[in-house]
Amino acid sequence: MELDWYLSLSAVLFTIGVIGVLTRKNAIVVFMCAELMLNSVNLTLVSFSAQHGDVHGQILVFFSLCVAAAEAAVGLAIIIAIFRNHLTVDISQINLLRW
Amino acid sequence: MLISQRCSFFKRGDSIMEIYLFFLFATSAVASAVAMITSRDTVNSALFLVLNLVSIAGVFLLLKAQFLAVIQILVYGGAIMVLFLFVIMLLNLSSEENLLNRFSAKYVVGFFLGVIVLSQLLYAIADFTGTLPNFSPGIEQVGTVEALGDELFSTYLLPVLITAVLLTAAVVGAILIAQRKLTGKENK
Repeated sequence: MELDWYLSLSAVLFTIGVIGVLTRKNAIVVFMCAELMLNSVNLTLVSFSAQHGDVHGQILVFFSLCVAAAEAAVGLAIIIAIFRNHLTVDISQINLLRW
Repeated sequence: MLISQRCSFFKRGDSIMEIYLFFLFATSAVASAVAMITSRDTVNSALFLVLNLVSIAGVFLLLKAQFLAVIQILVYGGAIMVLFLFVIMLLNLSSEENLLNRFSAKYVVGFFLGVIVLSQLLYAIADFTGTLPNFSPGIEQVGTVEALGDELFSTYLLPVLITAVLLTAAVVGAILIAQRKLTGKENK
């Protein structure tokens, strides 16, 4: 297989994540789309790492997974806190910081 | 260009099985991602995301990154998605009624921005088509637990330790943010 196919798959998945973030209103789905984008970038890193035969790209993916785990925990806690105050996770109705 | 790529599939002596498996995993990943952003029920979205993560783990296996494939299923597909599902069930959300049956400018703008992003990415990739070297012969030894652990616990020892601090801070922060306020206004 050529490297291009892996990069193209990653680009398509990233784009689906972007469209999801831009169009969905449910905060949890937006958050899952962000995870999807993180994952597609991980795929790019792994394919370049495999192409070069270099382990450092996969180590960056390992750290990215750790940060994603921390981010998921904190983000979901924020969503719970928002839900407790507003009784909704619809981001079009949460306008505290919106001008 | 496409034909020359097809030929290069077979010239390098890749097994046909690998190509079939790649397209199987790629189709499954893209289809589940699309289903994730279009399904009304949040639980369905989460389960489609699990399918997507498992498909990407399969692609990792094709790239000979065994350790990351296992970690992807354990950490992402297991731990993080269980956390997501737990929060979804905790909040007991009703599914959105008006997802796609109401035409909105937001969908058009979002879709066109997505198309712009995709065309930019594919344009950048197409610039390098054919100029990229083939996969390195050392690919087999790269993704093993042994190679990664060797590097992680020698060169990257300090970042690994800092990761431990980061995860601890995230856990403490998550508990602090999500707990009920002990003082201040009453929160039901």
